[in-house]
Amino acid sequence: MYAIIEVGYLIATLSFLGGLKFMSSPKTAKTGNLIAAMGMVLAVVLTFISAVTATVPYVNLIIMFLAIAIGTLMGKRLSDRVEMTGMPQLVSLFNATGGGCAMLLGLMEANQMDPATTILGNQILLIAGLVTGAIALTGSIIAERKLAGKVKDRRSKTVIFSARILLVLMVLLPGIYFFDFIPISFTAFMYVLATLAMVYGVLFVLPIGGADMPVVISLLNSITGIATAFAGFVYGNKVMIAGGIFVGAAGILLTLLMCKAMNRSLLKVLAGTFKKSKNGAVEEEQEIKEISISETALSLSFAQKVAIVPGYGLAVAQAQHVCGQLQQLLEKRNCEVDYIIHPVAGRMPGHMNVLLAEANVDYSHLKEMDEGNENMAQYDTVLVIGANDVVNPAAENNPDSPVYGMPIIRTHESKQVIVMKRSMGKGYAGVQNDLFGLDNCSILFGDAKVSLQEIVNQLKLI
Amino acid sequence: MDFINQHIQEIYFVIFCVFIGIEVISNVPAILHTPLMSGANAISGVILVGAIIVMLRVPADDYLNLTLGGIAVFLGTLNISGGFFVTGRMLKMFSPKK
Repeated sequence: MYAIIEVGYLIATLSFLGGLKFMSSPKTAKTGNLIAAMGMVLAVVLTFISAVTATVPYVNLIIMFLAIAIGTLMGKRLSDRVEMTGMPQLVSLFNATGGGCAMLLGLMEANQMDPATTILGNQILLIAGLVTGAIALTGSIIAERKLAGKVKDRRSKTVIFSARILLVLMVLLPGIYFFDFIPISFTAFMYVLATLAMVYGVLFVLPIGGADMPVVISLLNSITGIATAFAGFVYGNKVMIAGGIFVGAAGILLTLLMCKAMNRSLLKVLAGTFKKSKNGAVEEEQEIKEISISETALSLSFAQKVAIVPGYGLAVAQAQHVCGQLQQLLEKRNCEVDYIIHPVAGRMPGHMNVLLAEANVDYSHLKEMDEGNENMAQYDTVLVIGANDVVNPAAENNPDSPVYGMPIIRTHESKQVIVMKRSMGKGYAGVQNDLFGLDNCSILFGDAKVSLQEIVNQLKLI
Repeated sequence: MDFINQHIQEIYFVIFCVFIGIEVISNVPAILHTPLMSGANAISGVILVGAIIVMLRVPADDYLNLTLGGIAVFLGTLNISGGFFVTGRMLKMFSPKK
């Protein structure tokens, strides 16, 4: 019996790995998700079979099955209802539930265990699982609230300072406790730590700016994974360890990728600070050219190859569907349309791709930044919609600029750039965009969705 | 030291998992990063396994732990079910349309 269960766990672990492996291509990703989900069901069923004995009271079973039933139904409902623009919020929310589960697990263990017979290593693991879980819980909830626009950034010194103090406390307190300097029971100590960690989770996410959310979500995701791995270690359960570590690795990889795409270090993102422009970089007067909707439609109608560079503004304006319509219209006129997507476009890694996929854009048209840059000179017209800093040439040729060094989409190398903007306002980094002053660049002012719709209407007539 | 003796297998296992995980995940293209993240998120719901183990151990009259356990199992399940369903929904949009 024991052997069968171990083999079952092995299969479940492999299914997670296989599922992630299948994610490397859009063609197989759906199968991968299914495999991982089946592995998960297998792991849960096996755990139940192996842990259930005749002495388990009925009450426990009833509560457990009720909780599983409600959880499954609620998960299905939430995921059926979510808008694709709201995806980052939902992922944060689910991340919070995972963290919450890890935290409660730590508390229950603390309530039940006898510190005299539990070895120090396991106590430390319990603490680590509890603290990481609690941070992921409240951090993800704040991230969700921020993404929903309900909580504003609080970048005050007090917040950042108290967060640091809490972090130091959480590292030091367990050490002091194990040398018997704190005269409370292990259980009480765990509750204190859980509270501190929950407060820290809130303070940790509060100062981080809205556009840095891709970094935060990835990081919190990875923290939940690590919490799971800690818990797995306590139970010596390899499925939990493997699952937790894979998630931790995925989260860390994406976090670093996002930081690199913004050319900011993780620490700077977390502190919510920006590089200041050196010796107050002189802002030159820019002469910008405005373009009208009909002129835009006209130049699109002559183009053979068009690239669209979507940014977060596109998602805010909910313009992805109109954008899809424009693409279909242009393709009917034998014009090739590609989307060039910067890694940090959207509110979580890869978010823009999901939004465009929802608008029925085939994934073969979605180009990554490097591929788009290589072929930039071939594009007759590039439409920049709701993006700013990621197309600023200053990042490449002005060492004084705060965005210098950030990888950008080199739209200025194409034949013509049309930037759709609401106003002359600056981007997230708060710097002047050198692109706007270039000869091949014109600006179309107005709401992205309204302008796109007008362009589509006019193109139909041409 | 007891700890190392008890857990040496797991320590090896963790190290291998880190390397395999990074290797596999770095092959995922940028267009699938959101589904990757929500799928990974669902996998971290495997913490439910721990919640079930503890839940089945709690005495029937220990109301505090029964409540905590019930919530833990609920949260873990929500993480798993929501995570996989929403990933499936996103990936359906990426499949070629006929």
